[in-house]
Amino acid sequence: MQKDVAIVGVGQSSFIRGYEGSIRELAFESFKEAMEDAQVTPEEVDASIICSAPEYDKQRTPAGLMAEYLGLNPQPTFYVESVCSSSSMGLRVAYSMIKAGLHKIVLVLGFQKMSGISSAESQERMGRGADVMWESPFGTMMPAYYAMHARAHFDKYGTSEEDLAHIRVKAATYGMLNAKAVFRKPVDLEKVLTSDVISSPIKKYDCCANADGSACLVVAAGEVAQELSKKPIWVLGLGAASAPLTMSGREALTGLRCAREAAREAYEMAGVGPEDIDVAEVHDCFTIAELMAYEDLGFAEPGEGVELIRAKETYIDGEIPVNVDGGLLSKGHPIGATGGSQIRTIVLQLRGEAGDMQVKDPEIGLIHNIGGVGIYGNVTILGR
Amino acid sequence: MGFERFGKVSFTAQTKVDKFVDLLDEGKVAGTKCKSCGKMYFPPRADCSNCLSSDMEWFEISGPGKLISFSTLMYAPTGFEDDLPYAIALADFGDVKVFGWMSKDLEEEDMEIGMEVEVVPIKLQGEKVSYEFKKA
Repeated sequence: MQKDVAIVGVGQSSFIRGYEGSIRELAFESFKEAMEDAQVTPEEVDASIICSAPEYDKQRTPAGLMAEYLGLNPQPTFYVESVCSSSSMGLRVAYSMIKAGLHKIVLVLGFQKMSGISSAESQERMGRGADVMWESPFGTMMPAYYAMHARAHFDKYGTSEEDLAHIRVKAATYGMLNAKAVFRKPVDLEKVLTSDVISSPIKKYDCCANADGSACLVVAAGEVAQELSKKPIWVLGLGAASAPLTMSGREALTGLRCAREAAREAYEMAGVGPEDIDVAEVHDCFTIAELMAYEDLGFAEPGEGVELIRAKETYIDGEIPVNVDGGLLSKGHPIGATGGSQIRTIVLQLRGEAGDMQVKDPEIGLIHNIGGVGIYGNVTILGR
Repeated sequence: MGFERFGKVSFTAQTKVDKFVDLLDEGKVAGTKCKSCGKMYFPPRADCSNCLSSDMEWFEISGPGKLISFSTLMYAPTGFEDDLPYAIALADFGDVKVFGWMSKDLEEEDMEIGMEVEVVPIKLQGEKVSYEFKKA
């Protein structure tokens, strides 16, 4: 097993609606938790990578702000952005810098305060994560794009709205157990199926919960990690890929090619396959996104992902537990913080510190984090 | 006015393919084709990523195309609230795929994946223009 780079500290703020503070204070919450977890001081951090999606804050170039507030001057700092997968991309960059020998300890911090703007404004910004020249003029928004994927999947494979609703019920089951989740209420099948249509066939409860939040990772070179931590969690595989921004450029709408490519690269680097994954976090920004992830990651053949949720194989004691922290659907989706939070969940799982959400004795975990409607795909494989 | 005439809400005023809106005025929805390697593009583009040539010509999208998928929005982003509900769709015209609106003449129950559609220019309020899919 590769023992070059490890995650030695993780932190996450509570994911909430309407955080009553500024982005610097929001960032500090996960930063403090990660630094205490890693037992390192700001002076010991060699570089910081700050991750978020732009246009939610008035602050330009947030890395400069964060480095000062977190006491990380004069070390280098910079911004990494791939919308919803920004902090997974941040980990990829941290890994690269450590492997290259530039730094020993690198901090990755993702944040987002989404509540400063209205829901319609938020949809407008997210809609502009598509091609603003050729698609935004049609009034697009994220749920509509994923709805087109859902309908294509239904048509090709016979998937149903009820299948998707089961994914939401699972997310709510675990969101209730997660003290840091924004949505902690139970949801039953009927509630999902009778909720308002947002963009057919996607309904309100098929959509993730917007939230304010931050997540932080302390990443270290192998020898430093062994000294710092009793339980370093090793980065075994990193995959990243891209796909056309425009829908016209896509081969099909029944899956995300960027996820398949990223998974292939991550599995190859880690020397493992989908059957070796003991616990996974996938990017369930919408219920259909989790279903496509089952198939894009090879947990199921294309069209057979529904069997996993129908048989509850992605529940905590199933064959491959997925999003047992509530996922984006219930834990919440503060864009730039999401990947970091997913990675934190898997780190805690592999350490055996996931509390009520703990999967039995996992050795290898996987994180699938997608930016935009499948523009950027990041798949990360971790091991203990 | 230039390319900002395209679409209900525009975010792009200048592009080298602004002839697209003139062609819409003439009743044509058009893509571009690379004169050097023959690759066809929709949305139209000024440069070919296949052979790096910038010598392009226009071609009219001719139908019918086949509907790949669609969705009817019941909530809208800023600027589109008055249009609700409206449907977006992707259709396959063989050489290229086209993303756009479904015609308001079509109810959702009239739409199905695989149905044949044609793409036609439409005039919007003011000087604005766009295009939509109609049943072929």
